[in-house]
This record gives sequence, C-alpha cells and structure tokens, in this order.
Amino acid sequence: MALIDFFRKIEPDKKKSPLLHTAYDAFFTFLYVPDTVTKGGAHIKDGMDLKRLMTMVVLALTLCYLYGTYNVGHQHFIAMGQYPEFWDGFHLKLVFGLIKVLPIYIVSMVVGLGIEFYFAAKKGHAVEEGYLVTGALIPLVMPPDIPLWILSLAVIFAVIIGKEAFGGTGMNIWNVALLARVFIFFAYPLSISGDQVWVSGFEKIAEGASTHYGWIHNVFNGIFGSFGWETFKPGTIVDGFSGATPLALAYNGGWEKVTSVFSEHNLLWGAIPGSIGETSKVLILIGALFLVVTKVASWRIMLGMILGAIGTTFLLNAIGTTPFMTVTWHQHFLMGSFLFAMAFMATDPVTAASTNKGKWIYGILIGFLGMIIRVMNPAYPEGWMLAILLMNTFAPTIDYFVIDSNIKKRLSRG
Amino acid sequence: MAVDIKSGQSISLRKGYDVRLVGEAKGKPSHLQVNRFGISPYSFNGISPIPKVVVEVGQSVQAGDPLFFDKVRPGIHYVAPVSGEVIEINRGAKRSIASVVILADKQNQHKVFNVPSIDADRGKIIAFMCESGLWVHLNERPFDQVPSVETIPTNIFVSTFDTGPLAPDYELIIEGDEAAFKTGLDVLSKLTDGKVILGLDGKNKNTKFGSFKNAVTNWFSGPHPAGNVGVQIHHVAPISHHKSVWTLGVQDVLTIGKMWTTGKYDASRIVAVAGHVKNPMYAKTYLGASVADLIHGQLENGSFRFISGDALSGKQIDGDGYLHFRDDQLTVLKEGKDFEMFGWLVPMKARPSISKTFLSSIFGKKEFDVTTNSHGEKRAFVETGKMESVLPMNIYPQHLMKAILAQDIEKMEGLGIYELTEEDVALCEFVDSSKNPVQSMLRDGLNYIKEQG
Repeated sequence: MALIDFFRKIEPDKKKSPLLHTAYDAFFTFLYVPDTVTKGGAHIKDGMDLKRLMTMVVLALTLCYLYGTYNVGHQHFIAMGQYPEFWDGFHLKLVFGLIKVLPIYIVSMVVGLGIEFYFAAKKGHAVEEGYLVTGALIPLVMPPDIPLWILSLAVIFAVIIGKEAFGGTGMNIWNVALLARVFIFFAYPLSISGDQVWVSGFEKIAEGASTHYGWIHNVFNGIFGSFGWETFKPGTIVDGFSGATPLALAYNGGWEKVTSVFSEHNLLWGAIPGSIGETSKVLILIGALFLVVTKVASWRIMLGMILGAIGTTFLLNAIGTTPFMTVTWHQHFLMGSFLFAMAFMATDPVTAASTNKGKWIYGILIGFLGMIIRVMNPAYPEGWMLAILLMNTFAPTIDYFVIDSNIKKRLSRG
Repeated sequence: MAVDIKSGQSISLRKGYDVRLVGEAKGKPSHLQVNRFGISPYSFNGISPIPKVVVEVGQSVQAGDPLFFDKVRPGIHYVAPVSGEVIEINRGAKRSIASVVILADKQNQHKVFNVPSIDADRGKIIAFMCESGLWVHLNERPFDQVPSVETIPTNIFVSTFDTGPLAPDYELIIEGDEAAFKTGLDVLSKLTDGKVILGLDGKNKNTKFGSFKNAVTNWFSGPHPAGNVGVQIHHVAPISHHKSVWTLGVQDVLTIGKMWTTGKYDASRIVAVAGHVKNPMYAKTYLGASVADLIHGQLENGSFRFISGDALSGKQIDGDGYLHFRDDQLTVLKEGKDFEMFGWLVPMKARPSISKTFLSSIFGKKEFDVTTNSHGEKRAFVETGKMESVLPMNIYPQHLMKAILAQDIEKMEGLGIYELTEEDVALCEFVDSSKNPVQSMLRDGLNYIKEQG
C-alpha cells in the first residue's frame, strides 16, 4: 500500500489548481480503480466501466497499428523497388514506419487529451475516456505523410467544435475521428486525397523522385551500421510507379486495372498503399470479431452496413455502365476503407442510432450511401467518411421514429 | 375494458441476466430467536412523513394492534406484527417517524378480530382489511404505494418465484400453508373486477403454485428479471394509462389468507439470510425482524453492508435496523471501499458482467463473491442497447431515463414509465458502464409525475 499512500499524498488541491487536479485525477483513476462504493440503488455493479470499454476498442485496433506502421515502411521501399518481399529489410521498414506513425499518434493524443483535460477542469468533471478511442482512431485514418500542424488543427477543430461545443463525451452528434478527417479533406484536400499522399518519404510521387530522409534516419543509420545491418540509402522511385490506390485504379478501369497492379493476396492482407491503419482487411476483421464477441460494438450496425453495401453493389452491377459499376461486392470489400469504417467508425455508440431497430436502418443506409458515393462520385474517392457523417446527422431522426412507434403502440392500448 | 386474459401461457423471456452470488440460503427453515421487530413508515412510498403514532413507549401491544396511521387516510391501520412491549419510537430527518420497535413476547398474543364471511360484500371486506392491517399488504402500481380504498384494480398479480440474486425459494415457504394461500387468493378475487393472476416458474413444472385453480396462472422462464411481477404484468395484461393493478408477495397472500383460516393477524415470515454470512439459512420469524438478531454470530471480521431485499434493488439498512415491510430477504455484502491497481483492466478477482470481456464471463464462472465497489465512476451515457438487453419488456429504458432527465411527462408516459418500478430497472443500473443511478432516476420521474398531478 506504500505506493498508493504516496500518490494520495501528492494529490493537488482541487480549488487552487483545478487543471492540475483534473490531470492528477485522470492519471490516478487510470492507475487505481477508485474506492467508490455503490450508494442506494443497485448495491453491486457490473465490472465493466467506460475505461475498460474504451480500452477494449483500443485493443481491437492494436493489430491495425502494428501492421499499419510496418506497411508504411514496406510501401516506401516498394516504391523504390527495394526489398520487394514483405519481410525483407524488416528493421528498416519498421523503423521507417515508426518514424512516421509515432509523431502522428503523439500529436493526436497530446492535442486531443490536452483539450479534454482543459474542458474537464473547467466544468469540474472527471476526464471522460472517450478520447482514448478517438485519439487512437485518428492516426489510423491519416495518410502517413500528413503534416503534423494540419493534424493538430484537425484535432482541435474536431474536439472543440465537434464535441465540447455539444457538451463533451456522450453528447456529440458526429463521430469525432471522422470529423478530424473531414476537416482535412475539405480544408487541405491535397494532403489527404489524390495519388500523391499514400506512399511516404519522397519529395513527390513521380518516377525518378528521390527519397527524403531526415536527421533521425541518420541516427538510426549509425545504430544499424554499428550492428553491421543495412542502412537507409538515398534512392529514387522506380519507373511505372504511380502511387495510385486500388480505388483510383478501379474508378478508371474496373477490377482488371486493380489486379494489374495489386494482387488479391496483397489486397486482402493489406500490403498496399493507403491510410495508415485501414489496409489490412484480415486484421480489421479480427478486430471487428473481437468487438462483436466481447459485445463492445454493435453487430447489428456492422451486419446492416455489409448488407446495405452488398445490396447496392448488386444494383450497380445490374446497371453496369462504367467499369467501376461492374466491380462485384467481394472485390469492393477488398478495396478502400469499407471494413475499417464498418468495424470502428460506424459503431461509435454515441453517434450511431441507439435503438436496435434504428441500428439496422442506420447500418444499411450507411452501406447504401457509402457505396453510391464510392462508385458514382468522381470527386470523392471514398464514400464511408461522408456516408457515416451523414447518417450520424440522421441517427436521432431514425431513433425518433422507432421510439415514436413504441409510444404510439403503448398509447393505443388505451 | 375487460381484456381477455389467457391462462396457461408459457412465456419464455430471453433478455436478462442471472447475477449469481455466493451465499445462497440453504436447508429447511428453522426458528431463529429474534427479539426485536420494527415497522418503518419508510417502507411505504407516498405515506406522509409524520404519521400519527397511536402507541407509546412502554405500552403492550398484541399482534394486529394498530401502531400508526397516515393522517391523510386515518382508517388504514399499520399494525404490530408480533405482541410485546413498544420500546422505541425512532425519529429520522425532519422529525419523521423512522420506526416503531416492539420487544417481542416469548409467546405471541393475537388480537381477536371479528372476521367477516368471505362472501360478504366488497365494502365490508375492505373495511375489515383496513382496520386489521391487511390492507397495507396490498401494493398499487404504478407508483408502488398502498392503494386508496376507492380504487378497483384492473387485476391483481402475484409472482410465485423470485429470480433475483440470492432470492428465497417460495416452494419452501408455501410448504404446509397451501390452504391459507388458496384462501388468500379467494379474498383477493373479491377485490378486483378482473382476475387474480399468478406468475409461475417455467423452470419448475412441479411447482406447488401450479395447483391453485382459483387464479389465472402463466408460466415464465428466462433469466432474471423473469420473476419480477412487473415483467409478468407487462406480458400478460400491461398496465394501461391511468389504470392501476395491485401486486402482493407470496407471504403477504399468506397473511391475508390466514386471517380467514385462523382469525388472527399472522405476520410470520420465512426470511432468507444470505450473502457474506457464515451460514446462509432460512429463518422462521416475523415481519420486520431485527437485522442484529438475524445475523447474530454470522459475521466475519470486516465492513459489511446489510440490504433488506436483494443486492440489485434492496434497501440498505443499518446493522441495528429492521427488514422492510415487503422484504423476506436479508443480503449481507462486503463493502468494497478499496483501491485496486489497474483493476479496470486486469481485475484481481472475478466479478459478474454481461460483457464478454472478463475471463470469468467467458468460462462461465458459477458464483461470484462480490463487494459493493462500483467498479468505476459515473460518466455520461455512452453505450447503447445494453440496458435494453437486460429488460425483457418492450420498453427503451435509456430513452426513458433521458425523458426523465428532461422532465418530459408526455414522453415518460409514452415510453412506459408506469409499467416500471425500481426492481425492474435494477439490472439496467447494474450493467450500465457509465454507472448512472437508474433506479433513483426512475423514482424521481415517478415522483415528478405525481407532483404535477
């Protein structure tokens, strides 16, 4: 008990320094479950609390993080035609990825949590755990070369305008992580769309463009050299490399064009360029399964979204006037961020529909809208972000009708 | 109005959760020496805070003698469960009456009543029940209160099994008293234009309660709260707008029945003493038994909480308090006033949870040794669908709670607040990961509606 005595002794005064106390409280309750006991009502409580709930989602994201980080390095070297096998140059790919992803993660967490702490102290509340998940999701939906200042702006916008303005965790209308992404999408489109941004570490993405290494790569070169390992060497992008994502290819030439560049195996496992965490379909599905089995996320939303997307694909296949319309549903599932959006974005309980019937409708409509945007609209290469935000907006309306029918049924009993 | 009520239905409920705790009462009910009995006005919702006490300290009373009455409804007596000497009249906040305590005689003396014939008219029976203390055994829904003598309930419901944690087994309790129970049902059927309806345990096809032909019977199976009378009402004949139903416990029916079979006010109770005690058991005693006497020699060292009722919806009482009027269960829990390092992530001890994030919930641990720790702090509502998953009624509890917070009466009514009482939403409170006080929120909503008329 010695350790806890120490921690309790250093507790700052709540009145004199509210911000410090809020921060202390957040870290203390992270370290220890508080000794609060039930008062009235149910005398015993389920072991689940918001911290644990949020941590389960972060756990489900772990594989995406590990893989995504490595894949950032892998794509970098692929562009130069080096280490074409996935596990070749392991230490270089891993370190390259870490150099890219860690700062993004740290900026996302520090900026977001900083704002959360500030507002919690101002309101005199404890820090709500919602941002643990939001802060972990944001880096995964960013391109690896995202400038950190843009990222900071996006996080500030999303957390203040999208969340605190509505009253904080549990009150927001739109998914905060997606709001950060959509902010960049509209404010700084060049840094998050097009062919230029999905492979990192070059001055630009064009044949012959050379690598862009910094001092940190040199530091690691020193370490690697002392072990006699291979080091980061300047190189250029090989001929014929475009940096285009599968979706961009499919838009122009259908599934054939996609498979001329990427094998189905790579699409499935995720050795393709894209946002940091959304490339590996297998690992995302593992995360999704984990969330469903632990009952942390709603399977109704996920299944609804799958059904909505499949149904819409059948419809588009039947029309079939552009090459993209002929792409089948399982080919669609291998491209882009459909599965990631389904598992981790649409299922956010705060912004999704809250009734079971509503969740079905919500999921199906996201599947439908997202697929329509993906295939029909050349301006937006991917539809899920906008589809989910749109349905976030309508989720209360969906719930309203579900609830209203329950009320009408009860009143009709007389 | 007369909705056709079916009998013999088998209603199987999927939603809910059995909270299984260690310390279930076992064995045959045995006599336990309890010396003090207390009746508390706090057991009754809506009674005025300072009822008129008609006895004085030092006065001798017989079982059935009035102790106090509500000044608003002076004819309805709250009576002594046992004979003895009134030794305390305790007062609580704002000079309210907290309890009237009787030191029991060794041999119980009963007041002599002139019991009307069971075929007497309704008014006569009601007048007698008010005078003899039987009336307050009735519970009116919505609001859970002693009904006024003018109301005629749509139906009267009795649940004959309890699915709550560590709940007593009514099969043991009714044993030998079947005749009194049957008579009790006959009396009740005089009080309603509708039916007397029993909820039977669908898992126990041989239940003794299945044999009563003078009541409508329906079978319910499923996890807790399948045994809650509120859930049963919802599925058989839901409470309509501005119409009330009455409910009683099994032992309340016995008390009413015994008045007609023996002519005495017989408040004997079989009480389950369960939870963190050395020897969980069934005690034969009377209504309002003293906690200190019930747990005499039963506690280990440590800090404990005493609950009149079950661990989900019972009321906390002091170690020198008394079981509440409608409760036949005393639950003892260890207080959980401990810090636990990383307890939210890797708990030291198995704890019940409906989520599948604990090893114990995956491998199906049988019984949990719980404490009163809340396992986390209060947060905003985040998760959805969880409360619905443990409430086997066509009701949206989370939306109802939000309507209560917004004091939107029309919406509260529409979302079914009249069909619920604390025990029905107790599991919702248990599972809520944001740790909101759902039961007291519900009561606030009901009180608000009552205040606004």
